[in-house]
Amino acid sequence: MADQKDKGRGVLDQSLPFERRLIELESHLERAASDQERQEIEGELEREREAVFANLSPWQRVQLARHAMRPRMLDYTARVFDDFIELHGDRLAMDDPAMVGGIARFQGETVMVVGQQKGVTTEDKVQRNFGMAHPEGYRKALRLFRLAERWGLPVITFVDTPAAHPGIEAEAHGQGPAIATNLLEMLKLRTPIFSVILGEGGSGGALGVAVGDWVAMFEHAIYVICPPERCAEILWRDVEKKEMAASALRVTAEELKELGTIDKVLAEPAAGAHRDPEAAAQTLAEEIEFFLEECKRERWTPSQRQAKFQNMGIYQETAG
Amino acid sequence: MPEGVWVKCPGCAQAVYRNEVDENQQVCPNCGHHYRINARKRIEYTLDPGSFEETHAAVETVDPLEFTVGGVTYEQKVAKAKATHGLKEALVTGFGAVEETRAAFGFMDPYFMGGSMGSALGEKFCRLAQDAIRERLPLVVFAASGGARMQEGILSLMQMAKTADAVRQLNEAGSPYISVLTDPTTGGVYASFASLGDVVLAEPKALIGFAGPRLIEGALKVKLPEGFQTAEYQASHGFVDRIVARSEMRETLGKFLRYLSRS
Repeated sequence: MADQKDKGRGVLDQSLPFERRLIELESHLERAASDQERQEIEGELEREREAVFANLSPWQRVQLARHAMRPRMLDYTARVFDDFIELHGDRLAMDDPAMVGGIARFQGETVMVVGQQKGVTTEDKVQRNFGMAHPEGYRKALRLFRLAERWGLPVITFVDTPAAHPGIEAEAHGQGPAIATNLLEMLKLRTPIFSVILGEGGSGGALGVAVGDWVAMFEHAIYVICPPERCAEILWRDVEKKEMAASALRVTAEELKELGTIDKVLAEPAAGAHRDPEAAAQTLAEEIEFFLEECKRERWTPSQRQAKFQNMGIYQETAG
Repeated sequence: MPEGVWVKCPGCAQAVYRNEVDENQQVCPNCGHHYRINARKRIEYTLDPGSFEETHAAVETVDPLEFTVGGVTYEQKVAKAKATHGLKEALVTGFGAVEETRAAFGFMDPYFMGGSMGSALGEKFCRLAQDAIRERLPLVVFAASGGARMQEGILSLMQMAKTADAVRQLNEAGSPYISVLTDPTTGGVYASFASLGDVVLAEPKALIGFAGPRLIEGALKVKLPEGFQTAEYQASHGFVDRIVARSEMRETLGKFLRYLSRS
């Protein structure tokens, strides 16, 4: 809800090493004494942004995707929608705070909104389990997908999770089957689904709410089969090879688009969504508007969604 | 299983005569421990002799991300797995019969790249499901997998949705799908087609779960409870219909296939 927006964020202490110079320059700019000085600093800012952001390494992109100040689901819902009424509970066991959902108003239309909220303050992060949902979270999402189908509402999902929660209770309650069921049910759903990868799209935990007719992804988000650190442990037996893993896994939005996994890369404001959440929200709002327009043209059908996912993958067929 | 006349059973830690294990379908004659087995042995123990006709063997893995670890390309790693295991992928598909009832079958091999799922495997699963639908046969798939195949990155993740869609097709066609979870069934395979069976069977003590036990232990810094993520644990939580010993698998499958066949 709106009161969640941007709460509890300091600036410098949460910045990444490659952002420090930018932040310094910005504070110089605020204190600039003359127009001439201002122009000089602006010029330097532009060059610095260009130098850093035109050549981000895959690992720097992972860091940006996980940036402490990166806007979260509720930062977007507060800006993109005119109203959002949160609905709670999976009707089986509990309400998972890592998975948020409810009905929202967008330009006079009602939509169903579902997604992961990572949390902003320390307390909030812990309460939301860093956006790592339990099986109950996936079942709550499924409950809301079905409601949307019954009510004829388009579904908008927000993806931002390191992973589905790995834990004893999560296993006892069927984390694997819960995700598998969502995949199957999302493929069948008789209402259109728009998904956006906000920050981290972590593995099956992300896909469990990302089987969309139209999957958009922010420029500096990542979408991975497993976190680069874990990939490094598995393949190189060395977590310090995470930078190599990030590069080998092809985690960036551009690369994923080339592989046919996502449909659209959403450009971020200069130096990242966290530097201008309003602008990032505006970009997302335009994409949702496009999606809803296409809904009216009946562009999205379950059979096309199914065909899209059936066609994913690259293999060869040898003779004989 | 290691070479030698005697082997130490991982189940009971007793020295058992290797031939006895071999003659007992790779099950310890002393404690009933089910050894992890490859696809070839699984086919031999499960199907009527000579009934298996392999399909879709020509669907093979490529290296879409040009993935290299320590100077070894993914292509080279797959080539080595092919040579070592005499298979082309970690899933062997085809038609066969159990107690003279015909069905479509998939057998995963936990040794071929850890039984991991990449694009070729996902495609084979989908074609297998479509064969079952077309021939109006039940489908039986023996899962054995460490999860998604890292070397194909996001494309492996997408196979979870792709194979789930194959199950959707089976469901809509009314084709019975029996998923048999064997040691190990974890990660992306468990969180997709393996747990979506109409009927889910499991071999005794098989490791079954989403997140691997070491990952959970590392993340939570706790000791895992005894028997965590075994077939029995999953059955007691309602995720497995029946635990079926290897010696009884044919009889059990034979009944399901006879009772559920539509032709």
